[in-house]
Amino acid sequence: MIGVVLDILSWSLLMSGSALLVIGGIGLIRMPDFYSRIQAAGLTDTLCSILILLGLTLQADSIPLAAKLLFTLAFLLFTGPTAAHALAKAARHDGLEPWRRAPGGASSKR
Amino acid sequence: MSRYVFSLTLLLTIVWLLFSGMWTYVIILSLGAASVLVTVWLVGRMNLLGRDSEAFHMLPAALRYWPWLMGQIVLANLDVARRIFRGPASIDPRIARVRTLQQTHVGRTIMANSITLTPGTVTLKVTEQEIEYYALTAEAVEDLETGEMNRRSLRFEEDLS
Repeated sequence: MIGVVLDILSWSLLMSGSALLVIGGIGLIRMPDFYSRIQAAGLTDTLCSILILLGLTLQADSIPLAAKLLFTLAFLLFTGPTAAHALAKAARHDGLEPWRRAPGGASSKR
Repeated sequence: MSRYVFSLTLLLTIVWLLFSGMWTYVIILSLGAASVLVTVWLVGRMNLLGRDSEAFHMLPAALRYWPWLMGQIVLANLDVARRIFRGPASIDPRIARVRTLQQTHVGRTIMANSITLTPGTVTLKVTEQEIEYYALTAEAVEDLETGEMNRRSLRFEEDLS
């Protein structure tokens, strides 16, 4: 009984995490410039990996395995923002200007 | 000093036990104990033993801050996901600055990382007084301007000292 509940919980976490991964991927293509694409990638960096790793943790059959998955999550949450910041800072340092909305409201480029 | 030796040994032992997962063979356990002791000895030799050599003292402050941050991450994720569906017409990117309340490097790092961790904003530059960040929308800027993240990471910093 408890196994079924855990399975349902874990699979809903895994599926919603995967859905976010796909949305993040769509955003990576759809967003107009480098900086906004980082934000789309931020979806896969944060909630997506949280959901997927928690879902996998519920599937783990031993404490060490669950602990390793949770450590992986912790490392991802500490290194992810550092990497995103390094990319954005480098782009800014290089003088890349962010895409802005045209004054009329319509976008100047796709 | 002996307090830090003890807490680092405890931390490394827990981590070794969790990562190895082999708790039955005496030979492997003693090799694990040996590697923990060598590591503690090396850390001591490098003069790194101290408050920062283990993270236990950060735990209460972190446990107070993380649930709130997690909520913000969920909200920001849903917002960005919605905007991805609506396309570029729904975003209004800008670069903004926020004055930081934190006094220490750790405090400012927590603030800067929290900004980057919530999708929709990414930290571009951290100086002594302010953080420059890119925001996907005007709402994201307003959110940071309310100063809630600033206050909460300030409290995190105060909890640490």
